[in-house]
Amino acid sequence: MFAKTFKGGVHPRDRKELSADSPTVRLEAKGDLVFLMNQHIGAPAKPLVNVGDRVLLGQKIAEAGGFVSASVCSSVSGTVKALNPHVNQSGDEALAITVGNDNEYEAVPGFGEPRDYEKMSADEIIQAVADAGITGMGGAGFPTAVKLKVKDGVKIDYVICNAAECEPYITCDYRLMLERPEDAALGMKILLKIFPGAKGIFGVEDNKPLGIASLEKVCEGSERMSVQPLKKKYPQGGERMIIYAITGRKVNSKMLPADAGCVVVNFSTLIAIADAVAKNIPLVRRVVTVTGDAVRSPSNFDVPIGICAQELADAAGGFDTDPEKIVFGGPMMGAAVYTLDIPITKSSSCILCLKNDETKNTEPTECIRCGKCLYACPEHLMPIELKNASDRLDYKKFEDLGGLECIGCGCCTYICPAKRRLSQSITMTKRYVLAEKKKGAGK
Amino acid sequence: MKLNVSISPHTRSRESTTTIMLDVIIALLPSVLVGVWVFGARAFAITMLSVTSCVASEYLYEKILKKPITIGDLSAVVTGLILAVNLYSTAPWWLPILGGAFAIIVVKMLYGGIGQNFMNPALAARCFLLLSFTRIMTDYPTVDGVSSATPLSLAKEGVYTPVSDMLLGTHSGTIGETSAVAIIIGAVYLCARGIIKPREPLSVILSTGVFVTLFSLIQGKPITLDFLMVHMLGGGMLLGAVFMASDYATTPVTPWGQVIFGCCVGFITALIRCVGGGVEGMSYAILISNLLTPFIEKLTMPRPFGVKKEKKEAAK
Repeated sequence: MFAKTFKGGVHPRDRKELSADSPTVRLEAKGDLVFLMNQHIGAPAKPLVNVGDRVLLGQKIAEAGGFVSASVCSSVSGTVKALNPHVNQSGDEALAITVGNDNEYEAVPGFGEPRDYEKMSADEIIQAVADAGITGMGGAGFPTAVKLKVKDGVKIDYVICNAAECEPYITCDYRLMLERPEDAALGMKILLKIFPGAKGIFGVEDNKPLGIASLEKVCEGSERMSVQPLKKKYPQGGERMIIYAITGRKVNSKMLPADAGCVVVNFSTLIAIADAVAKNIPLVRRVVTVTGDAVRSPSNFDVPIGICAQELADAAGGFDTDPEKIVFGGPMMGAAVYTLDIPITKSSSCILCLKNDETKNTEPTECIRCGKCLYACPEHLMPIELKNASDRLDYKKFEDLGGLECIGCGCCTYICPAKRRLSQSITMTKRYVLAEKKKGAGK
Repeated sequence: MKLNVSISPHTRSRESTTTIMLDVIIALLPSVLVGVWVFGARAFAITMLSVTSCVASEYLYEKILKKPITIGDLSAVVTGLILAVNLYSTAPWWLPILGGAFAIIVVKMLYGGIGQNFMNPALAARCFLLLSFTRIMTDYPTVDGVSSATPLSLAKEGVYTPVSDMLLGTHSGTIGETSAVAIIIGAVYLCARGIIKPREPLSVILSTGVFVTLFSLIQGKPITLDFLMVHMLGGGMLLGAVFMASDYATTPVTPWGQVIFGCCVGFITALIRCVGGGVEGMSYAILISNLLTPFIEKLTMPRPFGVKKEKKEAAK
């Protein structure tokens, strides 16, 4: 099938060859597990356990703290050691539950018992997803159950599985495409049960021909499921970009995908849904890619959530030379961290360890008005103008120019030959404007 | 282990201002080489003087005003080359030096340096020289020992230069403008490297053809293929379309803006050539259109993805 795409975007070197051929290796935690309460977007989860309590594998240890929120389940059995703030990937501290692993993996009753999703109602399925604490596993971490609770009267035409994996280096979804395609198909069938009128489409970038073939095999013979190859281009996996590429429908910042008749779910998330609904296994593990030129053997690990990132780096053979930069996520949108003493969360897809920090010697120079940021912007904005408005603190102009539509993909900064920090300025201003709006609305 | 922390993205494209300017220099080389081949060593000397003057002017200006030295970005070299290819090889030695200094100091640096100038420095310098030293600036050189006018001035008298001459460059003209093939090689290189978009030169050339035809029809002049070819290939047309009407700082960045800009250049050029008394017109057409750039850009701002037009109307 013809590969579809969107207008704009950039072509960073994808470097997926480092870890793409390493089969997923299951890793158990040696040290304590730390469960952050803000692994998702929205209100932090509320702890349900106290220090000294014994918890079981799969036990809900924190409940959703609001409508847009998600619960957290323990990935091991053991004793709660602490309820303390802990450093997270954004460099802040957030409340976390620390569990000492007793290595017995004693599970809650019913854990792993097959369930017939065909007999479940849509509401029961969504409740199962909520109970499993599933959130988007691609990076943003939006609570999946909230996404699936579509307003009455909204008709969903497409359930899109976002398997673009457009960020360079990351291969965790790709490995799952090869290793667990049946579970992905199962997850898709479960979602199609919730949305009876919808088609299920896997959107995969065409730099993963084996992934496409693997998914096409499990979709074979199904009338409602298909695979749509997408052009390899960053940010092809951006929610608005993948919706446009597959359906031709456009979503702006004031809309939800459901307003365009779409539900978009990340590939790992889809497998988590299959596990939760059909096997009664909550989201307690995920696949994480450990890669970069500083790592001895780039790998994909299936790890318990809450494991310390340092353990993953050690399991990947440690470092040749000390890395200059470590990024949680991909190089385009990931967060640089100052320590590896950070727990893996539901949305940690990759630990990228780079020998050289490419950005350290990029002093911004004057804009030469080449217009490349404009052509690269997938949101069709004018990053130069937005940056100018940001620098002048002209927030009204910023909004008039559509600054709030920015998805923070970083294409403008990536492409800028004058090495100007466009997306950085725009993201900061956007956050400020949104915060001011929230304040205004609260009054 | 000491780790760097910065906001994403953590990777950058390898392209920089310097590499872009280097690409433009490479694209200009065929034209310069043909100029040297046709007009001799003097053309080479003029080119070198012009480039040296531009780079030295930028360096001295920044040194005296204690600003960071930016000659490393090679943009002064590009200005020098573009000015040189716009001069006749018969020019006296001081002309490129004066022109280079004017281009860099008056047109570029006084307005804030790279990216800030609102007129193309090399073209503004050419027009400055043309107005100040009209006789020297229109003293076209001889080719193969035969003194001949440029294709466009011949065309005014109804004599059309053969297309083969215009392609090769074996006719009179400025150092870089004579060979269409050399310029087209440069243009293809620039487009292939993504430095310019084909729509920029094409809109200039095609719109010139359209408007020249239109004006000639109104004036009741006969239109022949030779006549059109001279206007679309002869004189500074190609050089201007490829290297000057696509200049970053002084032309719109928006896709439609670039097309409108090109049509403006074509319209004004045709106006000067057909209705006005001028022979060339290209330089002035580009400079005048440069002044329209902010306006054109404002008119052609792209609409953010997924934001509908109706919203604006509803707000009113």
